[in-house]
Amino acid sequence: MDIDRDKLMLMLHRMWMIRNFELKVIEVHSAGEFTGAAHPYIGEEAVAVGACAALNDTDYIAGNHRSHGHPIAKGGRVDKAMAELYGRVDGYCKGKGGSMHLADFSIGILGESGILGSSVPVAVGAALAAKLRDESFVSLVFFGDGASNQGALHESMNLASIWSLPVIFVCENNQYAVTTSYATTVSVEHVSDRASAYNMPGLLIDGQDAIAMYEATVEAVRRARAGEGPTLIEGLTYRFEEHSLGLGRVRRGEYRTEEEIEKWRQRDPIVIHEDRLIAQGIASREECDAVNAETQEEVERAVDFARNSPFPEESDLFEDMWANPIPQP
Amino acid sequence: MAQTIFIEAINQAIAEEMRRDESVFIMGEDIRLAVYGATANLLGEFGEKRVLDTPLSENGFFGAAVGASLVGMRPVVETLTSFMWVGMDQLISQAAKMRYMFGGQATLPVVYRATMFYGGGAAAHHSDRSYPMFMNMPGFKIIIPSNPADMKGLLKSAIRDDDPCIVFEDGTLFGMRGEVPDDSELPLGELIVPFGEAKVVREGTDCTVVGIAASVNHAVAAADQLAQEGISIEVIDPRTLVPFDKATVLKSVEKTGRLVIADPAPKVCSAASEIASIVAEEGFWDLQAPIQKVASEQVHIPYSPALEKLVYPNTEKIVAAVKRTLDV
Repeated sequence: MDIDRDKLMLMLHRMWMIRNFELKVIEVHSAGEFTGAAHPYIGEEAVAVGACAALNDTDYIAGNHRSHGHPIAKGGRVDKAMAELYGRVDGYCKGKGGSMHLADFSIGILGESGILGSSVPVAVGAALAAKLRDESFVSLVFFGDGASNQGALHESMNLASIWSLPVIFVCENNQYAVTTSYATTVSVEHVSDRASAYNMPGLLIDGQDAIAMYEATVEAVRRARAGEGPTLIEGLTYRFEEHSLGLGRVRRGEYRTEEEIEKWRQRDPIVIHEDRLIAQGIASREECDAVNAETQEEVERAVDFARNSPFPEESDLFEDMWANPIPQP
Repeated sequence: MAQTIFIEAINQAIAEEMRRDESVFIMGEDIRLAVYGATANLLGEFGEKRVLDTPLSENGFFGAAVGASLVGMRPVVETLTSFMWVGMDQLISQAAKMRYMFGGQATLPVVYRATMFYGGGAAAHHSDRSYPMFMNMPGFKIIIPSNPADMKGLLKSAIRDDDPCIVFEDGTLFGMRGEVPDDSELPLGELIVPFGEAKVVREGTDCTVVGIAASVNHAVAAADQLAQEGISIEVIDPRTLVPFDKATVLKSVEKTGRLVIADPAPKVCSAASEIASIVAEEGFWDLQAPIQKVASEQVHIPYSPALEKLVYPNTEKIVAAVKRTLDV
């Protein structure tokens, strides 16, 4: 597949943006600048970035608790995302959602769900709307290997298949549901094997390779827009960090070996993408480094934005409950 | 004024709203052939696309309704209260919480029509009256009609409302006949019943009886019976539990000094409990006797009619409770 330089550089830019965002989150969270859960996406950047590069602003995504990578991959704003993590009024959700519930409806980000598998039926519903209105938008949902065992996913894949809905199921198989290995909890060798039960294509893709994820998603989007129905894409990947910030302090024992972590760190999705751009003469080392530096600066500005944004007022507590408000009981 | 059966009122409301707004569609199990009655003839008029038979996947299609509503559709989901448990994650984690959690970005004009079939030997799995559990979860508007006219007018309001609504339809009323005004008789040219406006069904002076769903009608029967003994009962139908029109109830209690609440839900943390607590907090000095709850017994629904009939509020229990407040 011919992919133009702008698209390839956009993917690099978004992967660096996620990486630098997450590194900064780890830094400021460790320094106690905000509390609450946060789940770093480091190591998995190619999955969301490759998939979202195949979408338009008018297409929809939904995601899960490991939630910073998806909106950034879809073109969301890091300043509003960071302010949300800081619990500030200028955050994406005015400080009411936090790390696990980033959303930007203006560019089709229907929100991240802290209950795993729970956003999958929602994404199917957006795709149902496309079909009922004869519109061409598609809906794409991210979930993990852990959520691939949720009934919500299986009901959703069945619904999408029987109604031939324009939805793309993207499994980010990072191989562990918190500390529990996918190998001991999934009944098939690959999550993508589950597609056959729902009469849809199931693709096993190298999740460290943004271009491979992009190409698989382009084909899934084409099928979806053509009315040919859903696709399941499994991006095999690995999270380089702990499940969530601070989990290492509470768990009792190891669940991954240093060798395994190191082996996967050698397959860094950003390095893989940069090496290819440089080898093919698409970008120089300096140009790639400049993307890293630019995104670091943007993340620094995002932290400044977050720190300078006020906390919500007490009077904001009851705002946003209703579209047509009713009296407080 | 036409005599209309309760279930026809549901059907009229859905059909009228589907004619009025192309974004309205209905989904549920066995709705094309209208197994539960309310969706009769919709398939013929609106076609397969807008009348969707679903697989047995409540979590899946409850959530699909959420997603469709987020992007501009107005889904009406038909289900039974007893099947809601299977789809609770989508109702609670998504429908109820999404707007707030996303700082007001999400708008969810979705209606869940949850029928409560109880009192007919359906046993524990098919007889739930679960609205109090949803009152406890912020995020839903909760509608609970007691007659055909309110059923129609409230369901139309729910379909037009931009927030998630659960309409609890009392299956014991499905065959109830009642007057539903013709549109030409109405000032707005159509029957719309707003949320949060209780109805004083019967005026009286000695005791206020708040009824929920079919209990409103038991309360009216109790009022008739007590009138023969010279006792005057004021019957109030809240019509919606969220929002709840406490002003009408408090005003009535100010007049009567006594309160009985008849509620088909199990009595612990019931709608009756909440109404009792509101009056205890805000109307205590008007009370001349302890508040009486006439709710369902805290037990599962037994199959045998000999036992099932003991569980629910009925006219006799309401009469006895009113007499306790009057010490007669």
